[in-house]
Amino acid sequence: MSEKKATRAAYGEAILELAAENDKIVVLDADLSHATMTLKFSETYPDRFFNCGIAECNMIDIAAGMSTMGFIPFASTFAIFGTGRAYEMVRNSVAYPHFNVKLAMTHAGITVGEDGGSHQSIEDMALMRVIPGMTVICPCDANETKKAVRAAAEIDGPVYLRLARAASHVFEEDMPFEVGKANVLRDGTDGVIFAIGLMVKPALDAAAALAEEGKNIAVVNVHTLKPLDEETVLAYANKCGKVMTIEEHSIIGGLGDAVASTLVGNGCFGFRKVGINDVFGQSGTANDVLDEYGLSDAKILAQVKDFFG
Amino acid sequence: MDIKELKEVCRQVRIDIVNEVTDAKSGHPGGSLSAVEMMVALFYTQMRVDPKDPKNPDRDRFVLSKGHAAPCYYAVLAEKGFFPKEELKHLRQLHAILQGHPDCKKIPGVDAATGSLGQGISIATGMALGAKASGKDIKVYTIVGDGEMQEGLVWEASMAAAHYKLDNFTVLVDNNGLQIDGANDDVMSLGDIPAKFRAFGFHVIELSDGNDLEAVIDALNAPTEPGKPKCIVAHTVKGKGVSYMEGNFNWHGKAPNEEQRQQALKELEA
Repeated sequence: MSEKKATRAAYGEAILELAAENDKIVVLDADLSHATMTLKFSETYPDRFFNCGIAECNMIDIAAGMSTMGFIPFASTFAIFGTGRAYEMVRNSVAYPHFNVKLAMTHAGITVGEDGGSHQSIEDMALMRVIPGMTVICPCDANETKKAVRAAAEIDGPVYLRLARAASHVFEEDMPFEVGKANVLRDGTDGVIFAIGLMVKPALDAAAALAEEGKNIAVVNVHTLKPLDEETVLAYANKCGKVMTIEEHSIIGGLGDAVASTLVGNGCFGFRKVGINDVFGQSGTANDVLDEYGLSDAKILAQVKDFFG
Repeated sequence: MDIKELKEVCRQVRIDIVNEVTDAKSGHPGGSLSAVEMMVALFYTQMRVDPKDPKNPDRDRFVLSKGHAAPCYYAVLAEKGFFPKEELKHLRQLHAILQGHPDCKKIPGVDAATGSLGQGISIATGMALGAKASGKDIKVYTIVGDGEMQEGLVWEASMAAAHYKLDNFTVLVDNNGLQIDGANDDVMSLGDIPAKFRAFGFHVIELSDGNDLEAVIDALNAPTEPGKPKCIVAHTVKGKGVSYMEGNFNWHGKAPNEEQRQQALKELEA
């Protein structure tokens, strides 16, 4: 098995690689470069790195201004601040004029762990998804993150990249990555799991466990929450009948709701949303917090068995 | 243009503002009229912009941070020829390019989307930083309202402008002393505005009369201190040029009726 690696770490590497090829790439941070992993970029390209201090709202608007001067700014901080505190700057200064700003926010979800509920963003995908013209991507591992960063730079418009703090599984397979095109990682006929981000791996493991019991559960990696690959969602829901969504995010406004909206009126399906059940997180190790809120490998397996078994 | 012709432009812009807001039956005349000399001075004596090539990447940039003064901005842009003056009649109407607040997607000559207070000065800071980073000699200007400075973001941006030594950046404060709920000092005192900007690291010029066109031009022409952003704190009169609006906060966000329009035009055309 390969070494675990955090998606934020892959982001730090990806912007370095990208910067070497494209001199329009600049990076902004809000005094968290050691955590968002933009530090190496700041050391390698000091003239293309702009620390905005502990002022996330200003960072977003500075990024908006720089984008109008022909740059492709990647603005990074924790997801809770970048999408929460600076929400209206993202909405009015970046998205409303459709400026070419990339919001690469780390420490999303509850795998932030020890820092606790104040720092665990469970609503960021909902906040970003509701903004017209915003692309929302949450990669499932380090390799997908690198592809996502590259793809984000090629989009002419705002992109939200949701990245995690915790080191996580790295898939060995070379998976294709196309924005807005979900990846079917495991085919099946008895049910389908749509998963996003760090929940893709436990979804696959649970499906593998059910295969031993004779149930063929499909697993689809929905790395792009917006625009949602409605074609694949509908095709697999129709083919499999029973649908589960798994996300490290509130069950309100995220992947579960996006899939549900797509399915409503298009058939009759068994449906279950797995995610954070409209509560705030708390301190603990990432694994302990995942388990507490029903998203550990074991709890996900139990949900999958209960629903599809 | 000589100063006499520029003053005539100011007069015409004021007439346009009154007509725009009356036709639209809504909008913000008070803070539009106070900013006329600053905006005319910028677009007619300072900024390198070409109405025929509004997206030229080397142009100077202007951000109207107090986005509700859009009627003034639009009148100046129309007078300059960025779009036909006919558009002014359709301000705030469905499918019109002239939105209630500046929208760079729709309006030629507009460089940012503003109206949510505090954000324009921050976007402009990013533009000035971008100009520096690209090594281009591009000047960036923004007009902020005094009430707007109650937004913390104004000070986040000011800190960054000084930190990054943006001497290609000029902030003009339309200090008319009034905001929608009343006098600044009754709503939330701003204290010593020039001292605040000085403390943040700006080169500050205070203008006792920001509606004196020649004084505004002189302040804009005054040499910049290397490594410092410039701030011109201009004491202005809200509603300037229309007697019944002058110094009255009730004209912050209210349109004149037909009778009031005629009275305003009579005064401006006298």
